[in-house]
Amino acid sequence: MFMIRLDHVSKTFGGEDTGVHAVRDVTLHIAPGEIFGIIGYSGAGKSTLVRCINLLEKPTAGTVTVDGQELTRMPGRELRTVRRKIGMIFQQFNLMPSRTVAENVAFPLKGSGLSKEATAAKVKELLELVGLPDKAGSYPSQLSGGQKQRVAIARALASGPKVLLCDEATSALDPQTTQSILRLIKDINQKTGITVVIITHEMAVVKEVCHRVAVMDSGLVVEEGSVYDVFSNPQQPVTRSFIATTSNLGKIEQLIAAGDPMVELEPGQIIARLNYGQGNVGEATISQVSRKFEVDVSILYSNVEILGSQPLGGLVARLSGEQVSQAVEYLSQQNVVVEVLKRG
Amino acid sequence: MAEFLSSIIPNVMDKPEQLWQAFVETIQMVGIGGVISLLLGIPFGVLLFTTKPGGILENRPVHFILGKICDVFRSIPFILLAILLIGLSRLILGTGIGVKGAVIPLLCATIPYLGRQVEGALAEVPDGLVEAALAMGCSPWEIIWRIYLKEAIPGIARGVTITLISLINFTAVAGAVGAGGLGNFAISYGSNRRQTDIAVVVVIIIVIMVSIIQAIGSTVAKKATH
Ligand SMILES: Nc1ncnc2c1ncn2[C@@H]1O[C@H](COP(=O)(O)OP(=O)(O)OP(=O)(O)O)[C@@H](O)[C@H]1O
Ligand SMILES: [Mg+2]
Repeated sequence: MFMIRLDHVSKTFGGEDTGVHAVRDVTLHIAPGEIFGIIGYSGAGKSTLVRCINLLEKPTAGTVTVDGQELTRMPGRELRTVRRKIGMIFQQFNLMPSRTVAENVAFPLKGSGLSKEATAAKVKELLELVGLPDKAGSYPSQLSGGQKQRVAIARALASGPKVLLCDEATSALDPQTTQSILRLIKDINQKTGITVVIITHEMAVVKEVCHRVAVMDSGLVVEEGSVYDVFSNPQQPVTRSFIATTSNLGKIEQLIAAGDPMVELEPGQIIARLNYGQGNVGEATISQVSRKFEVDVSILYSNVEILGSQPLGGLVARLSGEQVSQAVEYLSQQNVVVEVLKRG
Repeated sequence: MAEFLSSIIPNVMDKPEQLWQAFVETIQMVGIGGVISLLLGIPFGVLLFTTKPGGILENRPVHFILGKICDVFRSIPFILLAILLIGLSRLILGTGIGVKGAVIPLLCATIPYLGRQVEGALAEVPDGLVEAALAMGCSPWEIIWRIYLKEAIPGIARGVTITLISLINFTAVAGAVGAGGLGNFAISYGSNRRQTDIAVVVVIIIVIMVSIIQAIGSTVAKKATH
C-alpha cells in the first residue's frame, strides 16, 4: 500500500508536437511515512511533477493516486476535499500579507466546523510545534524568511494532512536556516508519520533528510533508490554531477587541466581518485595498501561522510612506488572504485 | 460677517438657497452614483480579471465581451455619453433631466472605469497566494473572496477613490446638459452671467469634497497595508 502512486504520468504544455514535455512517463511509488526527495536541475520538471500530485497541474496522461483515491478521475469538488489532506509549502512561502500569522495558520480551518475557541487552540498548538508561539499577532512582513517558512508549515499542517509537498522550500534560505527547517520537517515526519515529498536542486538537502530520492532530467526520472545507494553507486551522469557538487573530489580535474605544480608527477607516480564502496572502511584500506605494496600515498583531497550510518566518500591521492599498479589492482578488489586521472 | 461676505461674494450671498439646492443635487448624484458604482463596478472588475486567460474563472467569450464594453464606454467623452444616453434614461427612468436623468450616464461612465481599476488592483495580488489557496482546497469563489478581494483592499480603495473623484467631475459635466447640481449652478451663473464669484465658490466646494474623499481613501488603503 503506497501513500502516493504516480503511474505513467506525463505533462505537456501546449500542443503534443510543439509543446514543452515537462514531465514524461513518470512512475513513482511513495510509501506512507517516507521522506522522498526529487532532485534535478532547473527546468527538469520537478515543480510540474510535484504539482501533479495535488493536481494543481492536470497530467496529460497517467494516473495519480493519493491515499488510495485516484485524483485524476475526480470532479472538482471532490478534488478540493482531497487537497485538504495534502499540505504544500513553497519557495516564496506564499503567506497572505494582509493576515496575521495566526490568521494565516487558521486560513485552511475555515469551514471545517471548528468553533472559534477550538480554532484558536489549534493555531496555538501548531505555532508551538513550529517554534513560533509568540508570533501569533505579527504580520508576515515582520518575519524573517525562516520564520515565514515555519508559519507556512504550520498552515500546511492545519487541516491534518497525510502528505506534505515541499517545492524548493529551503531554496530562498541561508544554509543555517535551511538546516533548521529541514530538522523541523524531519521532526514532524517522525512525530506524525506524515509522508513528505521534497523537491530540491541541492544535493545537501537530500542527504540531510530524505530516505529515498529520484533524480529528474528533462522530464524523466532517470534514477531512483535509497539515498545511500544513489550516492554510493550513481548510475547516471546527472546524478554524478549532483554528487560532485557536494564534494571537493571533482576539483582535481581542474588542477590537472590547469597544469598546476601540485599535480606534477615523476615517472611511476599516479594521481587517482578512490571512491569507497559499500561497507568499506576507507582509511584503513589505504594504510594497508601502503604497507603491503610499499607505496607512498599522499592525499590531495578527501571527502568522507556518514550517510545512513555508513561511511561514504573517497579521496584523491598521489601514489608513488614500485608496485603502484599492483596496489591499484588490490584496491579494486577491495570494492574501492579507482580512477587513474594522471600518470607520470 | 455677512456684510463682509456680501462684499466679496455678492452673487453667492444673493442666492444661498439655490447654492444649497445645487449642493444637495451634487451630493445626491455622487451618493447614488457612487453606491451603485461600487456595487456593480467591483463585481464587474472581478469578472473582468478572473475570466481572462489563465484566470480562475477563465472564460474567453465573457472576458472579451466585458473588455469591449469597457473600452467602448471609456473611450466616449462623458459629455457625449450624457447626451447620447438621455434617450435611454427616459426609457428606463422616465426622465432625461435632473438628478434622476443623470444617474444612468454617470453609471455608464463610472462602472467600466472602476472595473478597470479593480482589475488592476487584483492583478497586483501575487499568483503564489492563489496557488497556495488552490492547494489548500479553496474553490474559485473562496479565492475571490478570501484572497483577491482581501489582499487587494488597498488597491481597490485607491481605485474607488479616483472613481469617486471622476464621478464628481462627471456630475459637473452632467450639469451642463440639464442634470442640475453645482456644475449647472456654476455654468449658468458663473460662466453665462459672468458672476465669477459663484464659479470660485463652487470650485472651492468641489476641492473640499475631493480632498475629503481622497483623505478617506488614503486612510483605508494605509490601514489595510501591512
Ligand atoms: N505553465 C507552463 N506553461 C508552459 N511551460 C511550462 C509551464 N510550467 C512549466 N513549464 C515548462 O516546463 C519545464 C519544467 O518546468 P518546471 O517548473 O517543472 O521545472 P523545475 O524542475 O521545477 O525547475 P526549477 O528548478 O527552475 O523550479 C520548463 O521547461 C518550463 O519552461
Ligand atoms: Mg520548480
